[in-house]
Amino acid sequence: MTTLTKHPPAATYKAPQQSSRVRGLSKLRDLRIALLFIFPAMIGLVVFSLVPTIRGIYLSFTEYNILGEPKWIGIDNYTAIFADELFWNAMAVTLQYVVINIVFQIVIAIGLALLMHNVAKSTIIRAALLLPFLVANVIVALLWFWMLDYQIGIVNEVISWLGLPRIAFFGSEQWAIPTIAGVNVWRHMGYTALLVFAGLQAIPHHVYEVASLDGASRTRTFWSITMPLLRPVLALVLVVTVIGSFQVFDTVAVTTGGGPVNATRVIQMYIYQKAFGESDFGYASALSVILFVILALVAFIQMKFLKGNESDLD
Amino acid sequence: MKKTLGAVAAAAAIAMSLSLSACAATPAETNGQINYWLWDSNQLPAYQQCAADFTKANPDIKVKITQRGWGDYWTTLSNGFVAGNAPDVFVNHLSKYPEYAANDQLLSLDDAVEKDGIDLDIYNEGLADLWVGQDGKRYGLPKDWDTVAMFYNKGLVEDAGYTEEQLGNLDWNPQDGGSYEKAIAHLTVDKSGTRGDEAGFDKNQVAVYGLGLESSGSGQGQTQWSFLTGTTGWTHTDKNPWGTKFNYDDPKFQETIAWWAGLADKGYMPKLETTVGASVADAFGAGKAAINTQGSWMIGQYSSYKGIETGIAPTPTGPDGKRASMFNGLADSIYAGTKSPEASVKWVEYLASADCQDVVASTGVVFPAIKSSSEKAAAAFEAKGIDVSAFTTHVENGTTILFPITENAAKVDGLMVPAMDAVLSGKKDASSLTEVNKKVNALFE
Repeated sequence: MTTLTKHPPAATYKAPQQSSRVRGLSKLRDLRIALLFIFPAMIGLVVFSLVPTIRGIYLSFTEYNILGEPKWIGIDNYTAIFADELFWNAMAVTLQYVVINIVFQIVIAIGLALLMHNVAKSTIIRAALLLPFLVANVIVALLWFWMLDYQIGIVNEVISWLGLPRIAFFGSEQWAIPTIAGVNVWRHMGYTALLVFAGLQAIPHHVYEVASLDGASRTRTFWSITMPLLRPVLALVLVVTVIGSFQVFDTVAVTTGGGPVNATRVIQMYIYQKAFGESDFGYASALSVILFVILALVAFIQMKFLKGNESDLD
Repeated sequence: MKKTLGAVAAAAAIAMSLSLSACAATPAETNGQINYWLWDSNQLPAYQQCAADFTKANPDIKVKITQRGWGDYWTTLSNGFVAGNAPDVFVNHLSKYPEYAANDQLLSLDDAVEKDGIDLDIYNEGLADLWVGQDGKRYGLPKDWDTVAMFYNKGLVEDAGYTEEQLGNLDWNPQDGGSYEKAIAHLTVDKSGTRGDEAGFDKNQVAVYGLGLESSGSGQGQTQWSFLTGTTGWTHTDKNPWGTKFNYDDPKFQETIAWWAGLADKGYMPKLETTVGASVADAFGAGKAAINTQGSWMIGQYSSYKGIETGIAPTPTGPDGKRASMFNGLADSIYAGTKSPEASVKWVEYLASADCQDVVASTGVVFPAIKSSSEKAAAAFEAKGIDVSAFTTHVENGTTILFPITENAAKVDGLMVPAMDAVLSGKKDASSLTEVNKKVNALFE
């Protein structure tokens, strides 16, 4: 810190056209200052992301119960995982959750965004859509857990009042994952809709005018103008929501805890159970590494094929 | 630029000096204070009283009590072990302590017991020995115990024409369920008012179940089925404590579970899928079940439901002609990394003494481990108008079975919860437990 203040930077800026050696020096000085500014963010990245990730990868090759010392066992954890029925079950369950969650969330979000854009222009209504997102995940999960309870939940009271058979939303193997996905769709749709809504507002009005001059129908305009121009936003939304839903945990943890049987034992729940329930941190780390690789691949493929980094507007 | 850097440097310097002074302050704080953790909020007032009395007698030691719910308790404790800041003394559970002992996280109490001449015979039989680890060392002093009984809704039982004497003298067998099943069937009522044992009973439209269902009970079935399997001569493991072979492949066990799961099929007990959510006790409180089998730690809750008069009857007698109940005991353990081992030992000894356990007894919440204090607790319950003889009978008549203490308890749970869920929900036959038993036993090889 003190070395930086020894030479006032103004001296070098006075004559920018000096020899290349001096320019190189000033660049070096810029780099130092740049590094200084990056430093605080770097601390966070290194301490909270990089080091834990590397340590996690290391632990995945060990047998580690957190209280003792990690013992190197090579790829034993990985071979065990591939033979582990519960791992494959967890992947299937997680995938089921992701598909239901993403499809409903994106479709509903686009619908809501269109409504916000064209119909509901009041700020209060727009803000109200965000309300579920402002409530903590665990609270949302508990709220629905309560409302959807088989015996005393209000939803089942209404169903039974209508003369229909009660539904064990969280208790039946068929309903549990769709229910959990539904709860999270409800919580996140407003937020996703807001992102899509921002994308809609970025589409210049004149393209719509041209379309209407050409006599394009509303459906045609939607599929040929709105959707293509929304693509970068949708790509971003898709990447974020897919990664987010692969990591579903809190809703499961506070409601079903992985049951009934293994119907909601999603991958994060299984990792948590192995690590904090059964003190098998090595195995849990290996599971996490596999999840990490899968997510990296998913994100890469999505960005590649959806061309999320370029826009059709140019 | 200069100014900003200077400010940053100053801020950094202040932050550093702050953290340095914070470091310096910490050791001074721990002097004379010990941290004590427990999970049951119902017992908090009693132990606060104990702590106050203890500090009065030992003015140099203060006890800071922290209560955490069961769910967070164990993960926070594990984190504390790793970080080296676990509480000096904490309430320990039989399913957890073997792992902690194996990882050298608990302080052995043998020297203290010998030096201070602690009389282990004052506790109810068997409780003190539960806390002797596989290495022969003692890792806890008994604080309380629990057994299982039937809580029943007096109004519903009366409507069904059953007397309380009849309910207290039921018998059971795994073939036809005996008079226990007959009572459960008769107490079940469908929406049209038809009882479970009458013609025209609609098992899909049940208004009141004869027997409530909490969960499938994992591998212990403490409050769900162990009081039944215990009367068939079946035991969880080859020996207890420290068994290494489980007996879930035994026909006696599978027969019992098949009978129990059958109750849900017949409509006498809720289906497992319907029990996710509201607690079994709350469903009882809402009048949706006539009988619940539960542990003695729930007495307070079951007695407090408004509009429901709760009675307590002992569990039924089984094929061996006797009753059975799982007998679980808690103890206070000391963290191996404690900075004040002497004060911690003093506190644990006080907790395990009649002085403190009588205070706990007087609140009428749980049964303390000391025999004389247990009797005082029974009297305290009596004073509240609650007859707890259904729980104490097991201890008096020696019909208790000890909670299975083994290594790998969490891993056994990991296998047994889904397996038992599958059987109870009718997805799999009870014979599927033979295969699971092999996996469970493989954990010990």
